[in-house]
Amino acid sequence: MIGAEAIIKCLEAEDVKYVFGYPGVAICPFYNSILESDIKTVLVRTEQSAAHAASGLARITGKPGVCAVTSGPGATNIITGVATAYADSIPLIVITGQVKTDLIGSDVFQEADITGAVESFVKYSYLVKKAEDLPRIFKEAFHIASSGRKGPVLIDIPIDVQNDNIKNFKYPESVNLRTYKPTVKGNASQIKKVIKELAKADKPIMCIGGGVQLGQADDEVIKFAEKHNIPMVTTMMGIGTIPTDHPLYFGMVGNNGKPYANKAMNESDCVMMVGARVADRAISQPDLITKDKVLIHIDVDPAEIGKNAVSSIPLVGDCEAIFEDLNKEDFSSDTSKWLKALEGFKKELKIVRKPNKKYVDPQNFIETLTDKLKDDAIYIADVGQNQIFSCAYAKIKKGKFLTSGGMGTMGYSIPASLGAKLAAPKRQVVCVCGDGSFQMSMCELATFVQHGVQAKIIVFNNNFLGMVREYQHYSYKDNYSMVSLDGSPDLEKLVKAYGFDYLRLKTAKGLSEIIDKFLEDKNNCLLEVMIDPMDLVK
Amino acid sequence: MKAKRIYSVTVENRSGVLSKVSGLFARRSFNIDSLAVGETDDPEVSSMTIVSSGDERTLEQIEKQLNKKLDVIKVKTFNEYQCVSRELMLMKVKYNKSNRNEIMEMCEVMKADIVDMSLHYMMIQICDTPEKIQLLINMFKSISIVEIARTGTLSLSKCIENDG
Repeated sequence: MIGAEAIIKCLEAEDVKYVFGYPGVAICPFYNSILESDIKTVLVRTEQSAAHAASGLARITGKPGVCAVTSGPGATNIITGVATAYADSIPLIVITGQVKTDLIGSDVFQEADITGAVESFVKYSYLVKKAEDLPRIFKEAFHIASSGRKGPVLIDIPIDVQNDNIKNFKYPESVNLRTYKPTVKGNASQIKKVIKELAKADKPIMCIGGGVQLGQADDEVIKFAEKHNIPMVTTMMGIGTIPTDHPLYFGMVGNNGKPYANKAMNESDCVMMVGARVADRAISQPDLITKDKVLIHIDVDPAEIGKNAVSSIPLVGDCEAIFEDLNKEDFSSDTSKWLKALEGFKKELKIVRKPNKKYVDPQNFIETLTDKLKDDAIYIADVGQNQIFSCAYAKIKKGKFLTSGGMGTMGYSIPASLGAKLAAPKRQVVCVCGDGSFQMSMCELATFVQHGVQAKIIVFNNNFLGMVREYQHYSYKDNYSMVSLDGSPDLEKLVKAYGFDYLRLKTAKGLSEIIDKFLEDKNNCLLEVMIDPMDLVK
Repeated sequence: MKAKRIYSVTVENRSGVLSKVSGLFARRSFNIDSLAVGETDDPEVSSMTIVSSGDERTLEQIEKQLNKKLDVIKVKTFNEYQCVSRELMLMKVKYNKSNRNEIMEMCEVMKADIVDMSLHYMMIQICDTPEKIQLLINMFKSISIVEIARTGTLSLSKCIENDG
């Protein structure tokens, strides 16, 4: 058996179904050996998309997504996708081909020091020196990527290592890493302290981050909140953890969030951050959430606790395990007055938009669309105004909401929806992007066609890079620079060239019918929605 | 309040680990005041002594971020009073007849050794605390220093019984 065959055996042992990637000479042994396997390969049109697609798949399956690209430019092109996954703690296994071992360091054709280049964007990386090490390295990589705080692991494999013989292939049953033992169970005395503070609190609130879904703790967390009637808000990455119509849910926090959600955080006397980083976009002034209030911070990554805000009660561990323990504890609390006050904030701080009737109002569109989506639908938002509108108005029931929250990588949604659809072919997957983000990933339309994956893409067209235009509106008094998208293609002609169906919505007229048509279409379909170029998210 | 902290870090002795650790300091704008690396009694384990300074939150983050690195086995931290610290310095100076005795006297007082000598140059070796070494450098500033080579700080926590 050669190294490349051993890699495939490792992936099979990990029950990998799909590999996203792009070939080149340095990864050819791998892509040759994979032909003998049931693992399906998906050829993307640029390497960055391979990482986003693997990330979309990982966020649906909960298991690491796998991508494999060649050395040099193949490897450097994937970095943005890897960094995007790292920022959102998404488990990925990134395989890169590398030039021959004895040529490493001599700047030969398509050589790049990829393990060096991705160091600050991966949880760990390997440069494989011997084919014999492959089984151990893959076993470790899958373990590292999918445990503790999840994240991408990169394995750089020189072409000679892929071709070398490996004698006794045996996939290890366990890993032995003396330096890596993530905490699972929460410290018992800290758990007691949490309960004590919550029992004392008059105005408790839970702020749910992406870590809750990553830790598959959704049910336990909601159970806890319901048991004690604690209101919940989410960060952007936490959207979808709680059904948006849940009576205890009070929206997304942050500078692009709901004003009443922010007020709820400020007014609270006990904030429980769960699987959230307290990053600037969610909490612009971390000092405020520790002022006059108790901050309970629950995270699997001890480095997140105290990084941006000093917590009163740190609690490190796996979210699910912690909430299982918290749910065993009993305390009485009466939050009815507090919940009533929150309902009051909701009414008082409701944003009333004044939509321009000449265009489609994004709020109206997203609310109608998500009303019509099935309960378990997957909604994928890109980055820009489309993302902020989606966060504000998408109604998520039992489905998922995926977006690039940490890195804010434009072009994420189309390849991520490809991965998500492959992970859940029977579920509705809808991708919402702007005309800017669409053009960053439009090359991937062919990938859907080639691999028979259904694409449902909605493009908000305002002929602008709306989010930056909005920033220039506020910060540079409408002195626009680099934000016009003049020269964009005729989307109808473009997608029809790929055999897609095309729908367009110019105004609110026929909105409901067109959305129905879009959702019922069995073919690939792109719906272009004309929105007011001067619209603002806030 | 800026404080100084010493991190005694044991790491896997693998290629690239030093760059991962130093890269972490660069990426997060942590200071490295001094860094010394060497093998331990176990050839698979290296020991790094990193001296850093910053406010309390930064110093705590450094420890947590170091612990997050998968090649890091153990991080011990202590302040200057909880450990014994030493640096080694070699210093080449130019001397003449009139100051030779003065130099030798200074070396004696500072417990420094003259380890090499030629007609006009001598090399002085000192192994002491970073403060004492700085003092010696200051004393020699009036004489002519040709070049200096200096290790980073090495530290071990002070001996206490039942030390693991």
